[in-house]
Amino acid sequence: MRVTGAKWICYNERIPPMETNVSDSPKPASATPLNPRQRALIIGASDGLGAALARKLARDGYSLALLARSEEKLKSLRSEISANGQVASTYVHDITEYKKTPDLLRKIVADLGGLDVVVFVAGVNYPPGGIDKYNFENDRKMIEVNLIGAMAWLTPIAEMFHAAKAGQIVGIASVAGDRGRVGNPGYNTSKAGLATYLEALRNRLTRHGVNVLTVKPGFLKTEMLKAAQGATPFAIDPEKAADDIVSAMKKRKQVIYTASIWRWIMLAIQLVPSVIFRRLSF
Amino acid sequence: MSLPLNTFTQLENFGHSLKSTSYRVQIQRTEDIYDTFRLAKKLGLTVTARGTGISYNDVSLNSGGIVLDMSGMNRILEWDTASGVVRCEAGVTLRQLWHHVEPEGWWPPVVSGTMRTTLGGCLSANIHGKNNFQAGPIGEHVVEFTVMLPTGALIKCSPKKNADLFYAMIGGFGMLGVITSIKLKMKRIYSGLITVDAWHVPNLSRQLSGLLEHAPDHDYIVGWLDTTASGKSLGRGQLHAANNLNEGEDPNAGETLKLSHQHLPARLFGVMPKRLLHYFMNPFLNNLGVKTINTAKYISSLRDHSFRQSHAEYHFLLDYVPDWERSFGRGGLIQYQSFLPKETAESAWREILQLSHKRGLPSYLGVTKRHRPDKFLLSHAVDGFSLAMDFKVTDRNRAKMSGMLQEFDRIVLSAGGRFYFAKNSETSAETTEAFLGMATIAKFKKLKKRCDPNGLLESDLYRRIFK
Repeated sequence: MRVTGAKWICYNERIPPMETNVSDSPKPASATPLNPRQRALIIGASDGLGAALARKLARDGYSLALLARSEEKLKSLRSEISANGQVASTYVHDITEYKKTPDLLRKIVADLGGLDVVVFVAGVNYPPGGIDKYNFENDRKMIEVNLIGAMAWLTPIAEMFHAAKAGQIVGIASVAGDRGRVGNPGYNTSKAGLATYLEALRNRLTRHGVNVLTVKPGFLKTEMLKAAQGATPFAIDPEKAADDIVSAMKKRKQVIYTASIWRWIMLAIQLVPSVIFRRLSF
Repeated sequence: MSLPLNTFTQLENFGHSLKSTSYRVQIQRTEDIYDTFRLAKKLGLTVTARGTGISYNDVSLNSGGIVLDMSGMNRILEWDTASGVVRCEAGVTLRQLWHHVEPEGWWPPVVSGTMRTTLGGCLSANIHGKNNFQAGPIGEHVVEFTVMLPTGALIKCSPKKNADLFYAMIGGFGMLGVITSIKLKMKRIYSGLITVDAWHVPNLSRQLSGLLEHAPDHDYIVGWLDTTASGKSLGRGQLHAANNLNEGEDPNAGETLKLSHQHLPARLFGVMPKRLLHYFMNPFLNNLGVKTINTAKYISSLRDHSFRQSHAEYHFLLDYVPDWERSFGRGGLIQYQSFLPKETAESAWREILQLSHKRGLPSYLGVTKRHRPDKFLLSHAVDGFSLAMDFKVTDRNRAKMSGMLQEFDRIVLSAGGRFYFAKNSETSAETTEAFLGMATIAKFKKLKKRCDPNGLLESDLYRRIFK
């Protein structure tokens, strides 16, 4: 996959509601100071889980900033959301352009009028192509997006939330980060790194009133599932995962697995001693 | 100059019911304001000034933008004890001001119910006091002020010089420029005491006629309105009218003018620290508790009487219990104030009070005052009365409260009423246009274009009512 798009573009002009599209979702009451909308930024909003979260949070009355690489996908997601009378602005950005993050973040916070929640969903998965194959370029891309990309965004956001003593950070890690396995060392590492980074942020920020939620999805029926090799048990729709995540956000939980059965599966897998684990091919 | 991320701060209104995050920049000198304007322009951010954050609404909030914390610009620059003219930086509070002038026999011409407000904020809102019917708003006592425009120009405004800006910036809630210093004329006093007459009024009609009839004989008049009473007793309460003492009336003037005579007691009954009082008030701040308290207060007010008290005690009732607004709990409070002509006030407020009872969202405190018109561009004043009502906000009643306050707006509008930009958080752009009139708004926007061509000055309030 090619890393594209050297510049980001912002579409935050008001989109008139579509004329013919019949929507049955009720128009949310307009926000007033006493009755404000929550403001959320979704990083990696164009596909799968990110898009499902965007739809869910928009339905729940959030004012959204949607950020992704693909201008086309963002456009169609935004038209869908604004056709329902909900609020979203979109920002085209390549997450590995770390130097552009501070300016773009400041612009998003100004456009949204503050920031209550940030959800980091962006992630790529490039398997090396077999348990006897090695591919540094793929590993590097995964680390650059899944881990350094997350740090590029969440570090300044953590600093802002720390100072404001408010906010919520949601990071999408993975069950793949719970154990290093034979199939995709680079992906395991990126997600393990992300989970540890989120834990460290949680330990820093909880005392300042900021909630950090680590989400560890199992298999989701998205584009990324196609990259997985072998069986994909307990695969769920991204919409189901989005419901789980939003419910955990409201309860200000720390770590969740989705589907929840993965908590027990991963517990069992973590308990497998290395002497056995290193002989397994999964 | 840069904008560090750790300046990102959650700010609130006075009632803790509105929250907003902004980059807070501490201002020490006039040059800091200019530097911040340049930085904001470079970064594409908007700017609003904030004093001590004592407004009831979103006037000093700027979500996602820059907030200038003016509280550090708090020096009293000149004080002429012969003429009573003082020149202060914008961050000077009323508390600092009266502490400075009172021992020498002067008092600020107009004060708010709390002494925590800054002079910059007082001018931006064009505050009124219990003497509005005779002294007008604070703007009428301003000799001159200096303001930094977003273009970087530092200009002086007075009723003679830049008069159009003078009458628009006072009451212009900081959207034309940032006031840096103020020259204000104090009022002469001959005693540290004030004579107060207190009497009860059994209903709304008597409350308003009392204000109307007794205002001309007094320097100050204010009413407490039992917002929980209904039926025949709707609008009952107590009026407090006060007069300054004339020269020679107080034989101990030298003593009573001393600051030590003015301080509000820090303990209740000499025992309990008042700082803790709001914790004990909290359990009573629900619909039932407040009805009981209001009824008890009304019964205790049935004995009409006159007494003398210090200026601080009379004027700064809101400071009597420190942090009293905390007693409203986590959701905080919002204040709704409407200004109505004397002909329509009674029927409109009858409707408003009844509506609040019907909705199950009674106000917990009501205060009435007598007003007269003034010539400031965005004036809230009328020849009539105002009623300020405090409402408890909870996470569950926010949507319902917002709806009810917007219903109030419609009642006030149809009665020819006006609104005040330091109160009411739900007033919409349409309502604002209806009460100010298109011509006034166009005039204000034209001045804004002149003073702030890049649109750097914006607050949550500005976006709500003018965009």
